[in-house]
Amino acid sequence: MVFVLFGISVLVFLIFFATPGADPAARIAGRNASPETLEQVRASFGLDRPLPVQYALMMQRLFITGELTSFVNRGERVVPEVMEAAPVTLSLVFGGAVLWVAGSLVIGLTAAAFRNTVVDRGLMILSLIGVSMPVFWVGEMLNLVTQNRLHDTVLFSWVPALGYKPLLADPWDWFKTMLVPWVSLAILYIGLYGRVLRASLVEAEQEDYIRTARAKGLSEFHILTRHALRMSLIGFVTLFGLDFGVLVGGGALLTEVVFGLQGVGKLTFDALHTLDLPMIMATVMYSSVFVVLANTVVDLLYAVIDPRVRAR
Amino acid sequence: MSGAELLPAVAWDEPALPQEPARGYWASACRKLARDRTAMTALGVLALIVVACLLAPLYADRVSHTDPFASNLNGTITLGGQDVAVMQPSTAGLGLGVTPIGPTWRWGPYLLGADTQGRDVAARLLYGGRNSLLISSLATLICLVLAAATGTIAGFFGGAVDRVISWLLDVLWAFPVFLLAISLSIVLISHGITIGPIDISAGSLALPILIIGLIYVPYVARPVRGQVLALRRSEFVLASIGLGMPDTRILLRDVLPNVMTTLIVFAPLMLALDMVAEAALSFLSIGVQPPDASWGTIIQDGDTLLYTRPIVAAAPGIAIVITVLALNVLGDGVRDALDPRSKVRVR
Repeated sequence: MVFVLFGISVLVFLIFFATPGADPAARIAGRNASPETLEQVRASFGLDRPLPVQYALMMQRLFITGELTSFVNRGERVVPEVMEAAPVTLSLVFGGAVLWVAGSLVIGLTAAAFRNTVVDRGLMILSLIGVSMPVFWVGEMLNLVTQNRLHDTVLFSWVPALGYKPLLADPWDWFKTMLVPWVSLAILYIGLYGRVLRASLVEAEQEDYIRTARAKGLSEFHILTRHALRMSLIGFVTLFGLDFGVLVGGGALLTEVVFGLQGVGKLTFDALHTLDLPMIMATVMYSSVFVVLANTVVDLLYAVIDPRVRAR
Repeated sequence: MSGAELLPAVAWDEPALPQEPARGYWASACRKLARDRTAMTALGVLALIVVACLLAPLYADRVSHTDPFASNLNGTITLGGQDVAVMQPSTAGLGLGVTPIGPTWRWGPYLLGADTQGRDVAARLLYGGRNSLLISSLATLICLVLAAATGTIAGFFGGAVDRVISWLLDVLWAFPVFLLAISLSIVLISHGITIGPIDISAGSLALPILIIGLIYVPYVARPVRGQVLALRRSEFVLASIGLGMPDTRILLRDVLPNVMTTLIVFAPLMLALDMVAEAALSFLSIGVQPPDASWGTIIQDGDTLLYTRPIVAAAPGIAIVITVLALNVLGDGVRDALDPRSKVRVR
């Protein structure tokens, strides 16, 4: 796991510091900077040192001393800013995850229970449409409806203005603010996971132990929820772990941009846009840690849930 | 006495059941796909979209009579016998500034209205579709070719080669896909890149094509590598090796046709993913650069007009949804058609 993180940090560093034609000093100094200014900038930011030295210094300042400062907002420490943005992203992703897990369970179970009927086809088509909608466009359309077109009706008059409200300051306001972003994030994943769950439930139904359960006289509902679901949850949980890890690390950046939430994703995007290299390094490492962590947890979880993997 | 009298009088040289001519794998897969009505509908929809986008210049010339890439802030059009300005004084909010004309819903100029520059949205939609389709198709091609190459080489030759390639793919994939795309795009979009003798300028479409093609390579390469690993141990490959055939011939004749199946199943899925990726990058202004348009950039254009002229943001989104939906449905159909385990129909 450490090797992969190391690889990622090197890759990020190379992309931003070593891509031909990309001169960090020129970006910091601004356009039409004189050569003297460029030299000064290079010296003060340590950009004239050899690349491995720069890399080592940045890693040391980021992880060990924690005093890595931003290129753009001078003097602003990078790590505390990321930590401040983390609760926003966590709010978004946790709420969205609750919605999408519940939603996809309902859709997957219903579709499998009524498989090959109109209900099943309809739900699968809806899921497919959900998967096909770009998440930022869904967010924009929801904004259009809830903030503008139907804002004055009883349906959406409760929707507050865009922007994050901290949970501890006003929980009800926080809930109202986050509900529409949660739905926006969940639509894509409900579609995806609903289809995956339905497919694995239908596959599980072919197994012998299900036939035994049916022969024993158990109800279809009981069979579906107690027996078939357990097998299907393996694939479901592994996928969920991976997606959740990516989202917590800043994968919800499009949703955050559209809804004006200052989360890690938005921070990453702003840093990328202004080419604030220390901030980029911090946010990308933050994100990668979660992704790699999620991969590892999912691998372990796989062994826990599926006894067949354990038995060697 | 021979037992011949006890045998029923059957003509032994004729087949017992009416025989269908034996069809190859690809032919029977094509037939299966052709019989799948949902997949064929999806294919039809896609063909329609492609044709419509290819006819973009015709539309701009004959129907909308405007240049979709030139500002038309002072233009007027005739609506119901009256001359109407393309940019009208705003009535919303403080009443300052101008608002572009809304959709006319008539076959002619400004079918879907105008954007902030007074350009015809419908014409831009068609031109944007060309770029979106072009970028996703070429990116998918690059992705599949690279993934096939790396996956096959890693799976077939094994050992150190496999370890190095797998490690590279793992690091590439551990980097969150969107972050990699955004990072590469931001760095390359501003300056372009020179790879050896090839010089790609900053606003070129080749940049999003290459970037989007590259980021999904590990996603496809892993299953390909797994398949090649299994094929390596299959009997017909072992037989070829035993016969002393050179590696290149084994790869081309035995391994590649099987890998093709996986690639063909992946193709519609990757097209859909790449289209959404391109839209996202263009929406963030780091994909297709002006003056080129794509569905993502038009959604970005419509962002400021979201509350006054939502059609500018809604229309490209709907176009993306329909295209990606059709690709997903087609992908399901292709996967079912190529699956040798699906039910065999007996006439």
